[in-house]
Amino acid sequence: MREMTCLECPRGCQLSIDEQSLEVTGNNCPKGEAFARAELTNPMRVLTTTAVIESDTDDMIPVRTKDPIPKNSMFTAMRFIKTLRAKAPINTGDIIIEDLVGTGVPLIATKSIKK
Amino acid sequence: MYDLIVVGGGPAGLAAASAAWEKGVRKILILERDRELGGILNQCIHNGFGVKTFGEALSGPEYAERFEKMVEETGIEVKTDTMVLDIDADRNVSAVNPVDGYVKYSAKAVILAMGCRERTRGAITIPGTRPAGIFSAGTAQRYMNIDGFMVGKRVVILGSGDIGLIMARRMTLEGAKVLACVEVMPVSSGLRANIARCLDDFGIPLLLSHTVTDIRGDKRITGVTVQAVDDKMVPIPGTEQYFDCDTLLLSVGLVPENELTKKAGIDLDPRTRGAYVFENRETESEGIFACGNVLHVHDLVDYVSEEAKFAGEAAADYIANGERPRDSFTLTTSGGVTYTVPQKIRKDSGMKLVNIYLRINRKVREGDIVISAGGTEIARYHKENLAPGEMITAALPSVLMQKVIEADEMNVSLEEIS
Repeated sequence: MREMTCLECPRGCQLSIDEQSLEVTGNNCPKGEAFARAELTNPMRVLTTTAVIESDTDDMIPVRTKDPIPKNSMFTAMRFIKTLRAKAPINTGDIIIEDLVGTGVPLIATKSIKK
Repeated sequence: MYDLIVVGGGPAGLAAASAAWEKGVRKILILERDRELGGILNQCIHNGFGVKTFGEALSGPEYAERFEKMVEETGIEVKTDTMVLDIDADRNVSAVNPVDGYVKYSAKAVILAMGCRERTRGAITIPGTRPAGIFSAGTAQRYMNIDGFMVGKRVVILGSGDIGLIMARRMTLEGAKVLACVEVMPVSSGLRANIARCLDDFGIPLLLSHTVTDIRGDKRITGVTVQAVDDKMVPIPGTEQYFDCDTLLLSVGLVPENELTKKAGIDLDPRTRGAYVFENRETESEGIFACGNVLHVHDLVDYVSEEAKFAGEAAADYIANGERPRDSFTLTTSGGVTYTVPQKIRKDSGMKLVNIYLRINRKVREGDIVISAGGTEIARYHKENLAPGEMITAALPSVLMQKVIEADEMNVSLEEIS
């Protein structure tokens, strides 16, 4: 049995998963079941950080991965994002990098910076 | 003369103003002291906002932008860089900004949405020297996420509130070593999910029932002493551990920012440190409403938006129809319920559903929130995984209110199921 807190929503259900049968208990929705199984094999997280931007108003632009990426690629992704120089104008949801460090997941802007 | 002035352009102010606009109020002014709307959300770049409101896990700036767009599409007037100096009971508002100078406005209704402030080192009186490198977690968050400055390399975090937890992860991702998160209480006040993804994910120890008892360093902090505390929160001799660090972040609670509320002569509830309010979030001062973190500290912005909508709609109703009769009863609490918002409910509220927000004083695996009137139970809400850090909601349908009105009192309590 492994115990964990579900990270799918702020409710934070306390999940238990049987490592042999992969049976999940404690979840209040199907997302919890999928989450617990992924935690045993390949834990995924959304990465949020900032990138440098050339802009009249802002020094940094907040960014995030559009979907979760493998937890073990977070630091590689951070090192890469540090090398980026974004340029205004950018809108929320604009793709900054199509495929972030080989994860197949795009990196998107989470703030609109007009100039 | 405005119909409505909203003080603060963070999530509460934005949601309240747009709700009032939706209800037909047209002359609305939002006053915001920062250079842009969005409030604290601008620096909360992590995701998880909006799961309840939009069914998506957005970052703070994304969540704020959705509400900013709603406001932009209306004729709501916004003044940024504007500091409100005073509000009186007749709803005169004085403010100052670099364009208009000192200005006086008046309004039929005012909504207080000033948010909250972090408690500081002074509020918790840690002994030791006074070097640089001690930040409130939110200040460090602003330096890092808005200004792009790294605040330190070896970090101890005192307090396990959500901002502290979020900053533990943020600084780790940016290359700092977070040595420990130290919490004086036996339970964390942060959301469980944040403990898992911000501390556990990176192997950062959470030291419960521990506190910082000494700060060392001359110009810059060089280390802190951490000690275990007993059940009266007194440090236990012989348990000292020394951490060699260049940064101490404080995440030791938030206090609603109610200086303007006090100036308006409005009494504050010592439990919430916000105004006493009726079911529609109107304060005891007629035509002045309050919502969001200035009223009580919320753990999710989704609840702030929800509450701000009640306040905005209620202000619209007040502007159109005047004050509802004040005949009301006061909610009492027992069984470990620490507070409720609202604190008072009008007998004739005109609302189909009265939304009650509350907190409890301990961790409970499973329990019922019980609403009773005159010793008789009138509603029961089953809840799981309750904790002081997680706000609880209970919506009471007005059909059940009749019994409460007859009894002329209402109690909210917690019954633990073991």
